[in-house]
Amino acid sequence: MEFFDTIIQISDSAVRLAIPLLLACLAGLFSERGGIFDIGLEGKMLAAAFLSAAVAAATGNVWLGLASGIGISVFLGLIHGVASITFRGDQLISGVAINFLAAGLTVVIGQAWFGLGGRTPPLSGSGRFANLEWPVADALQDVPVVGPIYAELISGHTVLVYVALLIVPLSWYVLFRTRFGLRLRAVGENPGAVDTAGISVVRLRYSAVIICGVLCGLAGAYLSTGLAAGFVKDMSAGRGFIALAALIFAKWRPVQALIACLLFGFLEAIANRYQSIDTGAFEIPVQFMQALPYILTVVILAGFIGKAIPPKAGGEAYVKER
Amino acid sequence: MEKLPKWADVILIPLINLVLAFLVSGLVILAIGKDPIVAITTMFDGAFGSTTGLGYTLYYATNFMFTGLAVAVAFHARIFNIGGEGQALLGGLGVALVCLAIDWPHWLVALPAAAIGGAVFGAAWAFIPAYLQAKRGSHIVITTIMFNFIAAALIGYLLVEVLKVPGSMDPASSNFPAGAHLPTFNEIFAVFGLNIFKHAPANVSFFVALICAFLFWVLMWHTRLGFAMRAFGQGERGAEYAGISPLKITVIAMMISGGLAGMMAINNVMGESERLILNATEGAGFIGIAVALMGRSHPVGVILASILFGFLYQGGGELSLWEGIPRDLVIVIQGLVILFTGALDGMIRRPLENLFLVLRKPTQNGAV
Repeated sequence: MEFFDTIIQISDSAVRLAIPLLLACLAGLFSERGGIFDIGLEGKMLAAAFLSAAVAAATGNVWLGLASGIGISVFLGLIHGVASITFRGDQLISGVAINFLAAGLTVVIGQAWFGLGGRTPPLSGSGRFANLEWPVADALQDVPVVGPIYAELISGHTVLVYVALLIVPLSWYVLFRTRFGLRLRAVGENPGAVDTAGISVVRLRYSAVIICGVLCGLAGAYLSTGLAAGFVKDMSAGRGFIALAALIFAKWRPVQALIACLLFGFLEAIANRYQSIDTGAFEIPVQFMQALPYILTVVILAGFIGKAIPPKAGGEAYVKER
Repeated sequence: MEKLPKWADVILIPLINLVLAFLVSGLVILAIGKDPIVAITTMFDGAFGSTTGLGYTLYYATNFMFTGLAVAVAFHARIFNIGGEGQALLGGLGVALVCLAIDWPHWLVALPAAAIGGAVFGAAWAFIPAYLQAKRGSHIVITTIMFNFIAAALIGYLLVEVLKVPGSMDPASSNFPAGAHLPTFNEIFAVFGLNIFKHAPANVSFFVALICAFLFWVLMWHTRLGFAMRAFGQGERGAEYAGISPLKITVIAMMISGGLAGMMAINNVMGESERLILNATEGAGFIGIAVALMGRSHPVGVILASILFGFLYQGGGELSLWEGIPRDLVIVIQGLVILFTGALDGMIRRPLENLFLVLRKPTQNGAV
């Protein structure tokens, strides 16, 4: 029974940890499907985490925080858009720049605003997203097996968790069942054809960048106002890059993205819980668990387990023929 | 016809980009209620006001020369090596293993051995992503990012579990033997009876970096291999028809790049901390990107840009000390430099090109 409880606790924590990855991963999905590489997911998430927590701390209203977080993330996304769509700059370099801007500005502004060495004051009450208790979760708590699964794993997360999970089928629907989705995928594969059909490549790519900004904003806000209670320096801690890894793992598909993020969330939950895992014969060090998502991504990218083929026109600016 | 005169391309555009980056940084300083003029004078005083400050500036600049050259080599072959950070971390391991291997009799023997150790480890760490890109088509930018994280985890593991001094809580290797101590600028100038660069970490590695910059220039513009790399960077197809193997060039360019990044460790690990510590690189691998972009991938440009960033790093430290502005401001400036010189290059370049075309027309008519 104790073993079962442990499994439930780890799974519960895996879900919590998977959500920011999932939102960022879906953000990257829209961007890259539209032909815009985005290694600035990390920076956008970090900036959103900071501003959400800062505004929530200043106003006591977490929804205002969320809106500000999304706002800053979209703004950074638009910088990426201007650089890579309008001025046809290098998308990778632009992403790197955004990561540095966010890493630096969050600390500089945070210190000037709150004077806490780059932290925001701890959030409580209406400054945070509360956990939603589902009906009869308490009553079912003592029922064996089903009770803990319902009460711990399904119930008791913040609203953003459920929103993120709903965005998965929504993304699938938008990308694969709507006209916009078809065009967006086309612009990532063959922008010339889209242009020939009289559809604006620039407008489609900007919408991809904006959707990406909104989702990264949600991811960041969840980090600082849902998962944690306040912002600390560098709190995104490479999650934007794990999200990129998950995106490759999922081969740019939404449902697979959910699975990949849950897997990576699970790895992180295990790494958090155990310092090292003793299998009896040998010991798996905690650092190996932390590095596993990255190692898996390299293996996947190398095509040893299936082949990950990115959108064909990804990373290239579209130059209209004259 | 060239759209821009050469001086505009190599001097004017980087300068305009730099001014833009500094203007935006000034606005950030204003926005947090500080005085940009005070800030810049504080930074300048801290970085150049004393020989100690200058010694720190040159110490940082040495790191950035290695990583900047590393990124620049790859840029010439049109490869974006974002993994300088991981390669420099591994280089630190290589340098540490060499330094701890035997009781070195003299630094003149230890330095070349350590430099080779760092370069080999850095190059090996760059080899895998290069091979995977050339042979299996995996995107080198993503793999090198992943390799940065893997390197950090690996070094963390080795320091905590293997290299740590028994009984110590500090995740660091034991101190290097005295024979592996590199002369600092202070010690070098003491030979001439001068007591300058006191307590500053700048050391002979600075001159090694300058030699590397010179060798970079020879390699790129005076050897067959350099020509092949540049040709490959200009156009993969054409290079292939000319008999240049993409696999070979990608792997060689990346290994030189990784080797240079790894050699940085003779400065920070061997020259400064004299043992291997956690996060020894402090982000220098990433600054190499800004340095290479700013310096237009030319060794002279890289040296100048490195000194600029050395100034920012050292000055930024003073800023946090005296003005209460976090040192992270430097990361903002770094981001802005990358944004303006790298990603938003077209924003300045195209209007300038048009301007030069307009300016040029009358003289051409006059010639006819």
